[in-house]
Amino acid sequence: MSLKKVHDNQPKDFTFSNENLKKAEEILKRYPKKNKKSAVMPFLYLAQKQNDNWIPLAAMKYIANYLSMPYISVYEVATFYTMYNLAPVGRHFIQVCTTTPCLIRGADKIVQLCKEKIASKENEISKNGSCSWMEVECLGACVSAPMIQINDDYYEDLDEKSTKEILDSLIKDKPLKPGSYRGRKNTSPEKKKLINGENHA
Amino acid sequence: MPKIIINGKEIEFEKGMTVLQACELADVEIPRFCYHEKLSIAGNCRMCLVELDKSPKPIASCAMPAAEGMNIKTNTSLVEKARKGVMEFLLANHPLDCPVCDQGGECDLQDQSMYYGVDKSRFVENKRQVKEKYMGPLIKTQMTRCIHCTRCVRFATEVAGVPEIGAIGRGENMEITTYLEKAMESELSANVIDLCPVGALTSKPYAFEARPWELKKTESIDVTDAVGSNIRIDTYNWEVKRILPRLNNNINEEWISDKTRFSCDGLLKQRLDTPYIKRNNKLQKSSWDEAISLLIDKLKSTDLNEIGGHIGDLVNLENALSFKKFFAALKINNLEFRERKYYINPTEKINYIFNSSIKGIDETDLILLIGTNPRLEATMLNARIRKAFAQRRVPVYSIGDPGDLTYDYTKIGNTTDDIKKILNIEGKFSKELLSSKKPIIIIGESALELKSGKYIIEEFKKFLKANNFINKDWNALNFLPQNASTVGLIDLKILPNKEEENNSFFEKLKKNKFKLLYLLGSDNLNIKKNNEFIVYQGSHGDRGAEIADLIFPSAAFTEQTGLYENLEGRVQECKKASYPIGEALEDWKIFNLILKKLKKNDHLMNFENLREEVLSLIPNFTKLNELPSFKDIRTSNQSSYFVNEEVFIKQLDYFFTNAISRASKTMSECRQIKQNIKKTGTDNI
Repeated sequence: MSLKKVHDNQPKDFTFSNENLKKAEEILKRYPKKNKKSAVMPFLYLAQKQNDNWIPLAAMKYIANYLSMPYISVYEVATFYTMYNLAPVGRHFIQVCTTTPCLIRGADKIVQLCKEKIASKENEISKNGSCSWMEVECLGACVSAPMIQINDDYYEDLDEKSTKEILDSLIKDKPLKPGSYRGRKNTSPEKKKLINGENHA
Repeated sequence: MPKIIINGKEIEFEKGMTVLQACELADVEIPRFCYHEKLSIAGNCRMCLVELDKSPKPIASCAMPAAEGMNIKTNTSLVEKARKGVMEFLLANHPLDCPVCDQGGECDLQDQSMYYGVDKSRFVENKRQVKEKYMGPLIKTQMTRCIHCTRCVRFATEVAGVPEIGAIGRGENMEITTYLEKAMESELSANVIDLCPVGALTSKPYAFEARPWELKKTESIDVTDAVGSNIRIDTYNWEVKRILPRLNNNINEEWISDKTRFSCDGLLKQRLDTPYIKRNNKLQKSSWDEAISLLIDKLKSTDLNEIGGHIGDLVNLENALSFKKFFAALKINNLEFRERKYYINPTEKINYIFNSSIKGIDETDLILLIGTNPRLEATMLNARIRKAFAQRRVPVYSIGDPGDLTYDYTKIGNTTDDIKKILNIEGKFSKELLSSKKPIIIIGESALELKSGKYIIEEFKKFLKANNFINKDWNALNFLPQNASTVGLIDLKILPNKEEENNSFFEKLKKNKFKLLYLLGSDNLNIKKNNEFIVYQGSHGDRGAEIADLIFPSAAFTEQTGLYENLEGRVQECKKASYPIGEALEDWKIFNLILKKLKKNDHLMNFENLREEVLSLIPNFTKLNELPSFKDIRTSNQSSYFVNEEVFIKQLDYFFTNAISRASKTMSECRQIKQNIKKTGTDNI
């Protein structure tokens, strides 16, 4: 997992943007003052969002100083959790679920498409420089398998055709609407059914 | 006391103990890797599993608090099977490289797999690979051997106070490393080598040098600072291969500083093995006979008042006494041992020792440092202060700025005026001091070097006495000397009792009034050489030998038996582990040679008599390895004057404080790394 290794090219400085500083102060209020280091996980998440989906070393140091904890402790947390990226990923970061239910419903085809459309290898940034993809474990949306996550959004009920559309327009920097691609609303049943004489979508 | 049943035997245990500790009380051995007495409990190696009645699974005894009526079994087939299972998992990823591993022969994993393990492995997959880690010039790593007990991580955070080691990644990808693979910035870093139960962290300078069973082990005392840490010297023939700590809860617990441990390679280099005479500005080898004749010529042609003697930082008490007796036989008075002029009141013992004792730091509720940086001057003592700070939140204050001490402290000020304020009970701190029960005031050499050095210690003594902080149970006044020989040499009355005469040596030295200067192992004295004839007697070709006209080679501290008195006034014996190199002799034997040549045969000395005399001279002496005892504490009134000045703490060049460490390659590597860190700062990525 190369995303868990510290990247060679590191930015020199990192500070929270004004907006994120406000959020950080909000987060700190959730914890008792003497335990302010509890905020390390939301802080790392904030830093990741601010820095195009990955956390540079400078950000870890910034957070360590912010919360007055040792550098190594922040580093330990950042390397432990799989959803913190320590190396650059695409601005559009595609995570393809390949755990059993999705795989049975054809996740391997989506992976194949990602290889064709984005980059031949996992965690490699696409030619136009905006996307990257990786296989992940279950994202908890088995009921609408197969699915992918692009940044914060779930794209569900996919097949080859819909995935192609999503990826094509993503490369053109025009992400499509998230949600089900078979017209389902949330996770409701697909066909109209009468239950106790009432209509259910 | 509550009771617990272990293997059918009922024993009493103290409340708060764990099951493992209770088992130890019952003399039942429990195998363990991650558990260590002096560290917090992690409970992650699972080796200490035992059976608890009514528990469906075996329990980790190191993490389970013992409770009244527990029925513990450690010799059942369930426990045996559990141990075998854990051992198999631990060995699944552990390489089978014992023949090339430095831990071999003293490896917990090796020993325990012999006793508790299975003789074959069912693991046929590939073993995991871990990249080599850099941890500085002292620690060699081989991280595939690591079993993730996290002892090193806990040591760095808890005892050393430098949270720089951590476990990164998770699951199979978990790795132990320092932050970005930097050298650990601690004077205690090498203790992780002893802590590591496997061969993941081993000693770099000692790599592939010897096997533990080939070495002769001698229990001895460290002399690199005044703490007198207990050490074990491992020798292979003449060569000192390594130095390890010895458990002594009164002094160093289980740790020693890096300087103690790794300056031993300095014992092999720069050694003086034969007498030297300076001819045409070049030192030339000579014989004992010739060298001694030259000295006697010089002694005879020089006025007695113009001869001075200086005793160095590593000299033991017998040798120092023989030097004093040698000078007395020649009727010479000018003797000194201090390297710089600082105030000492040699009339009573409490004036110049660490009265609260190192163990007393565990009881104190307030610590005040005056002009001292214990981290560099007495590393093990600093570890104790850190322990008090970390475990009991004892507040630490400082006058003067010692820099990073590995714990938080409050700086009260950095002038002597701030001290005066405390003594006059002005300000917040003095109230805090008065309301404390067992305070510790530590006065360093830097403070006593000041013009108002006398004021500081004498007035503080009066103040503490008046407020009942100096009594039979507790003595809050502490002096922190920097050299191993200091306290003992004051006891031997090397300094004259009268204060006016106290500093005459330095005045004469400054004005170049000495025609002949006899340096007994003293390398740290600041001498501006003019026309003096300098005799250096010591073990290393260091600063003293550099300016000498005549050199007598003598034995280093590992090569002779001798007494040292540590900063608490505890007399301890340093044992002979090796023998002097070449023609070098013990110091007292050299004096005998000179006396014989001078035909002063009735002044000849022998070791037993010297030892006896030393012990009779030491005031308040009780027993070897014990603290001195005080029946009544008298305090004579001393008049002193006050000047308002800055309390400036001289930074020690930590890795280069004595002749042995200056000769050591390892120490100079450490020093270089430290200086680079200072120059560039670690903060650059």
